[in-house]
Amino acid sequence: MTDDCITENGKACVSVHGVRKNFGDHEVLKGIDFDVRCGEIFVIMGPSGSGKSVLLKHLIGLEQPSSGEVRIDGHTIDSPELLSKYRIAMVFQSGALLSSLSVSQNVGLYLREHRLKPSDEIDHIVREKLKIVGLEGAEDKMPTELSGGMKKRVAIARALVMEPQLILYDEPTSELDPLISITIGQEIMKMREETGATSIVVTHDRGLGFGIADRMAIIRHGEILALGTPMQVRNSGNQEVQTFLNASFQRQPSEEEKETEES
Amino acid sequence: MFSDIGKMTVLAWRTICALPLTFRHLRKVLEQLYEIGNASLLMACILSMFIGGVLALQTGPVMVERGLASVVGAVVGLSVCKELAPVMMSVLIAGRIGSAMAAEIGSMAVYQEIDALRTMNINPVHYLVFPRVIAITIALPCLVLFADLIGWMGGALVSASNPEIAIPWQAYFTNLASVVDTGDVVNGLIKSGLFAMIIGLVSCHQGLATIGGPRGIGRSVTKAVVNSIVLILITDYFITRLLLRLDL
Repeated sequence: MTDDCITENGKACVSVHGVRKNFGDHEVLKGIDFDVRCGEIFVIMGPSGSGKSVLLKHLIGLEQPSSGEVRIDGHTIDSPELLSKYRIAMVFQSGALLSSLSVSQNVGLYLREHRLKPSDEIDHIVREKLKIVGLEGAEDKMPTELSGGMKKRVAIARALVMEPQLILYDEPTSELDPLISITIGQEIMKMREETGATSIVVTHDRGLGFGIADRMAIIRHGEILALGTPMQVRNSGNQEVQTFLNASFQRQPSEEEKETEES
Repeated sequence: MFSDIGKMTVLAWRTICALPLTFRHLRKVLEQLYEIGNASLLMACILSMFIGGVLALQTGPVMVERGLASVVGAVVGLSVCKELAPVMMSVLIAGRIGSAMAAEIGSMAVYQEIDALRTMNINPVHYLVFPRVIAITIALPCLVLFADLIGWMGGALVSASNPEIAIPWQAYFTNLASVVDTGDVVNGLIKSGLFAMIIGLVSCHQGLATIGGPRGIGRSVTKAVVNSIVLILITDYFITRLLLRLDL
């Protein structure tokens, strides 16, 4: 599947072409093709088990495709040039904070391990990033003392510290209440505005997806069913896309409710 | 098992390649040293006291009966420093520290913390494996040195207090000192250093290879301890032959 607006309006920042992935006999990704423009928020939506998170892992090199390729700014994901000129951060579904480190140690880990800044400056940057995500004062807390929403915001702060050109979010609002989900959505938008980073968000939260996406893809059973702007996707003629987008819980009326309604 | 050994060899090579980074990871190495020493020193002392004691209890009466009372100190001394202290301490550390290493790294693997390190371009071998392997390789020979001393004392205590043996404290140590030399102690320390590397590499490898949830972590811990002990006992035979040939 291709998207004409990419080739017309700008160069692709991330190109995914013909990516297939097998785990044993099970084919999880069945030939995924899409491009993501620099600076846009691209949302990958789909039901649970559709291959979204596996696809995301391919974009950061944690999984290797069985066939096909992923290119970032024209470089393959394992090329040394990519590592030297491009910083990619990922916000994991669980936050993936190192449980043995405090919040400030987690956030400053990248700078500290690569010895990019002196210790005082790292402390200052950590405080600054935690303030951006609304967690000033939580520096000394351990990950076990944080709620799900706070962990995700710490993970976002940790990603911010890297000053990445590409940020990948894996289910950023899963397990969160609607109010925190809105905050996380706003953080993602704010981060794009402040850093200009390209963002790829994997989610099954329709509210978040349509709220933040510049463009989006709907994936099911390892295949892309629809690709385009939120409006184009919403108007897609694909039945499976419409089923996913319009699915809502319908309460069956009880006998008592039926009788009350009839009377 | 063979595939595990192959992967561990690769891990060992990567760890060796990280040796120039020792100073950079010094803090983490010191933290691990404190963890290992703090967790195991008391237990190592108690264990070695009883090992020395039981050895004297088993060999003492038989030797005294045959008029060999004067060599009890030498038998206990040599057995403890060349064989029992290195092997028993390694088994203790495999159970106490190896299991903790496998569980900690395994839990990090399951909860995507290692993936998070990779996305930050932090090498998990440098960050997690290297400090642990270096620390355990330093700590285990130190514990064995303690175990030698306490084990000898345990043997002396039993030899002096048991009426069937009744060898005075001074006679026991005079005999021990006349037979056991520095080379014998070094022999045990070389062995324990090698066993420490085995424990570190096996445990870290099992931790990194953990898949699944808490059940996977449990499996990794069991494999780390069992594989470490099996490899220690097999290696012990071959390293003993090698050291005998080298006259150490």
